[in-house]
Amino acid sequence: MSTIPIFADENWRLPSRGRVGMFSLIIGESAIFTIFVVAYVYYIGRSTYGPTPQILSIPIFNTICLLSSSLTVWMAEHAIARGRIRVFGVWWALTMTLGIIFLVGTAKEWARLIGHEGLTIRTNLFGTTFYSLVGLHATHVVVGLIMLSLVMLFTLLGRVGQRHAERIQVLSLYWHFVDAVWVVVFTVVYLLGR
Amino acid sequence: MFAQGPQATPSIWAPASTPAHEIYGLSLFVLLITGAIFAVVGGLLAFVMIKFRARESDAGHEPAQIYGSVQVELAWTVIPVLIVVVLFLTTARIIFAIQDAPEPKSALDVTVIGHQFWWEFHYPKLNIVTANELHVPVSTPEQPEPTYLRLLSADVDHSFWVPQLGGKTDLIPNHPNQMWIDPQTAGLYLGQCAQFCGIEHAKMLIRVYVDTPHQFDAWVKNQQQPRTQDASVAAGRQIFETEACMNCHTIAGTVAKGTFGPDLTHLMSRATIAAGAAPNAPQNLRLWIQDPNTFKPGALMPAMQLSDRQIDEVVAYLSTLH
Amino acid sequence: MADQAFPIPGSLDATPSRGAALLEWLHSWVVTVDHKKLGILYIVYALFFLLVGGAEALAIRIQLVIANNHFVSPELYNELFTMHGTTMVFLVGMPILFGFANYLVPLMIGARDMAFPRLNAFSFWMTAFGGLFLYFSFIGGFGLYGMGSAPDVGWFAYAPLTAQAFSPGHNTDYWALALIVSGFGTLGTAINIVATIISMRCRGMTLLRMPLFAWLMLVVSGLTLITITPLTAAQIMLLIDRYLGGHFFDTQAGGSAVVWIHFFWIFGHPEVYVLVLPAFAIANEIIPTFSRKAIFGYPAMVAASVGIAFVSVSVWAHHMFTVGMTSVSNAFFVLSTMMVGIPTGIKIFNWIATMWGGRIRFATPMLFCTAFVFQFLIAGLTGIMLSVAPLDWQLHNSYFVIAHFHYVLVGAIIFCIFAAIYYWYPKATGRVLSEKLGKWHFWLFFFGFHLTFDTMHFVGFLGMPRSIYTYEADRGWSTLNFWISMGGLIQAIAVLIFAWNLIDSYLHGKEAGNDPWDAWTLEWSTPSPPPAYNFAEDPVVRSRRPLWDLKHPQDPDWKYER
Repeated sequence: MSTIPIFADENWRLPSRGRVGMFSLIIGESAIFTIFVVAYVYYIGRSTYGPTPQILSIPIFNTICLLSSSLTVWMAEHAIARGRIRVFGVWWALTMTLGIIFLVGTAKEWARLIGHEGLTIRTNLFGTTFYSLVGLHATHVVVGLIMLSLVMLFTLLGRVGQRHAERIQVLSLYWHFVDAVWVVVFTVVYLLGR
Repeated sequence: MFAQGPQATPSIWAPASTPAHEIYGLSLFVLLITGAIFAVVGGLLAFVMIKFRARESDAGHEPAQIYGSVQVELAWTVIPVLIVVVLFLTTARIIFAIQDAPEPKSALDVTVIGHQFWWEFHYPKLNIVTANELHVPVSTPEQPEPTYLRLLSADVDHSFWVPQLGGKTDLIPNHPNQMWIDPQTAGLYLGQCAQFCGIEHAKMLIRVYVDTPHQFDAWVKNQQQPRTQDASVAAGRQIFETEACMNCHTIAGTVAKGTFGPDLTHLMSRATIAAGAAPNAPQNLRLWIQDPNTFKPGALMPAMQLSDRQIDEVVAYLSTLH
Repeated sequence: MADQAFPIPGSLDATPSRGAALLEWLHSWVVTVDHKKLGILYIVYALFFLLVGGAEALAIRIQLVIANNHFVSPELYNELFTMHGTTMVFLVGMPILFGFANYLVPLMIGARDMAFPRLNAFSFWMTAFGGLFLYFSFIGGFGLYGMGSAPDVGWFAYAPLTAQAFSPGHNTDYWALALIVSGFGTLGTAINIVATIISMRCRGMTLLRMPLFAWLMLVVSGLTLITITPLTAAQIMLLIDRYLGGHFFDTQAGGSAVVWIHFFWIFGHPEVYVLVLPAFAIANEIIPTFSRKAIFGYPAMVAASVGIAFVSVSVWAHHMFTVGMTSVSNAFFVLSTMMVGIPTGIKIFNWIATMWGGRIRFATPMLFCTAFVFQFLIAGLTGIMLSVAPLDWQLHNSYFVIAHFHYVLVGAIIFCIFAAIYYWYPKATGRVLSEKLGKWHFWLFFFGFHLTFDTMHFVGFLGMPRSIYTYEADRGWSTLNFWISMGGLIQAIAVLIFAWNLIDSYLHGKEAGNDPWDAWTLEWSTPSPPPAYNFAEDPVVRSRRPLWDLKHPQDPDWKYER
């Protein structure tokens, strides 16, 4: 095959498969979220009984934490690209902390909604769509945190180096996606829906 | 297949009502276009298969390699676009003509409620409730009397399809739909449920009796009468009212006011039972009451566990409900 | 070598026993991450379920051969048609097409494997598990009326029939769970194919020099990402309704049955393009080879495929013309549906133009592909008929629709799958399939197919709806149904001949060599079957037909391609 002379494409560079794979996953996941968002939006105001979105309080602190974690993970990406593993570890741990704070905040909100307001997934249409959409997002945060903690573990064991920068970037893409979805969910549930 | 009037075979090519006629006309136009495309493209394919078949003399020689032609490809893109434009405009016109036809004052209103596995018909302005067999007046150009059907569902999705009278429209819970028919020839038209609704979907048949004005008036009058109490079948009526039949069925003029099953007030005015699963004859009634699974395994009416004598008496009673 | 007078059992004997060799061989298939082996696994899995789904179809046709038949109970019949549809789409169509993609794409683009080999294996086993789980439903649980708990709500599973209130058993749950699981497998493979095609092409193979098969698989995989996921989402919602007391489709609580219908067809319509585009991919490789000409209008074919994928997500509600949408909505979907027909139909012209001026050899793969073009033409035209909403108000949910979509699924897709197997079986096994048996297979299947599905259009015109376990004897449908069933039997015989051909040729078939068809894409430059590493040296290409360039150094493609 190499008897065919090369006339062009001396620099044969193709996008990294990790990045393409992660983008493809993100596209697929976006479609799933879109369906849940469409259901949520369509069903706004259509519950025939039970609590309404007025009982929701806007989770400002939670949102700030989660969105900041995009910044911290970006700082981590930079650090490892330059080979500063220690600094990377710090930013990475910060990202995880912010993610955990978000989840704790969500748990507290749900405890209040269930315990005080009597809103569960089966209470009415609003409960169903709310817990499904927010819960789907929270599940993705949990999965992200599991992956982040694995990387944290390997970092603490000294197994992570500058050569892994590309993979860290791919993983961070997922984390950025989770944050972007939160922007949509937040807007639809806490701003539009109320 | 192309005859006028009601047929035993409910063919879409035998329209007897304006919506069905409009669809029929449109379908001929569509068939003409698709037939022409088939003839041209199919002909080209056949031609190519014969003319450019490999022959022994071809061995080892490759034909001229043609990679494409902008003019040809442009032409065979533009022509289909034009065909689509024509087809779309024709179609849109018929959609609006049928769907958005305003309801005239002379229209008869019927509310259809789909159940697993039977049809409930209400005539709100005439105070009539019946099941499975729809009576509508014939509608002529001189005296138009279309029937406007409001379509509701008590449980799952169904679809009302009587091909000779019009296209089908679905019955979806909490999503009222509407359709209209104006049958122009009297007689019996057949149809059935056209959206899978469960185990006995196949036996949810429809009979539409298109009546002359005289027939229709007589039918309405009969349906509006409550049943007189026939003393000779009092035993059967007693069983009906005490053995849980009344929990599901209504018989006007008695205490039976159940709505889960069909209204039986004028049961004997119907030609079939169980939404067409069997002809309406005493022996079938008997078998049905004994065990509905005989005709319709999975029907929601339970076997009533009556003794033979009890069933005889109930059948005798029901046989008086004309 | 071990002393034969004193055989030492176990570790020191260098010649493994037959049993151990067999185990080793099986083990290699279970743990493989090689795209070729996984491709074959997908295809074998799909062919097995083709037989199962075909048996279900035969049972359906026996039940319908005469009016008021009692071959199966209503409940079993409803399970049969639900499982037939679900099996054919999810356990045959998707796996076999992804199987071909798996096998061929890396070879065609000059790569050594897929981008993510382990994900590839994981995806296959998820798909396989989903299928087995789905079939476990026949025995898992007493179900209603003792017929097992196989899904019985139609492959489209409309709400609220699927609510706990109307489907109290586990039938619906098997449907939803099995498809969610196999859906993850499908998603994994789609991601893999996209990443492989974008990131692993050999030097010189720009996107516009890829074989059209690879292009179409790229489009299909991209479309899959946004097609299968709405179904997964809707099924999760259904399970939330059924088990967590949710109200997504609970019309009493404000939910909507129509929302399910929308979500299902937002998946369902692009899904049929996911199924049919690979058929085009196959035809795009086979028709040129047997016409001895390059495909006519390569750039237009690429553009048409991408266009189809984009427009296909805007047509879904042509499955909903009878649901009661406004006249304006109905008109919109009429237009979008007709529009998607344009790039689809144009491909037929490109194939005919490829054959025009060629030197056509009607070997078995080409017989199936030519029949495909003819049948896809008819399928497209009946599709145009159905896109005319008022006509659809008559024909929706009738046997005309079943005829139309079987024309696409069998007449186009299965025919192309048969063509693909006859074409690439030599590459995968090193042996050619028997031409004689192939022709028997083709003509019997062609005849049976037309007997069944041509006739079926007419019984639809005569008012026969779908999903009915029996029909009235006096409706005039009996004779047509009889002949439809006879055609089914003939197709079954043809498929049995095919199965025999597959097995017999594997054992006794003529040796294939690298390039039995004198073709032009990279996979034909490898030995048959290719070694695990595919290519001894990384290929470098300069045109769309690298082997044509090698075989015709005076007249290479790169001189003419634009």
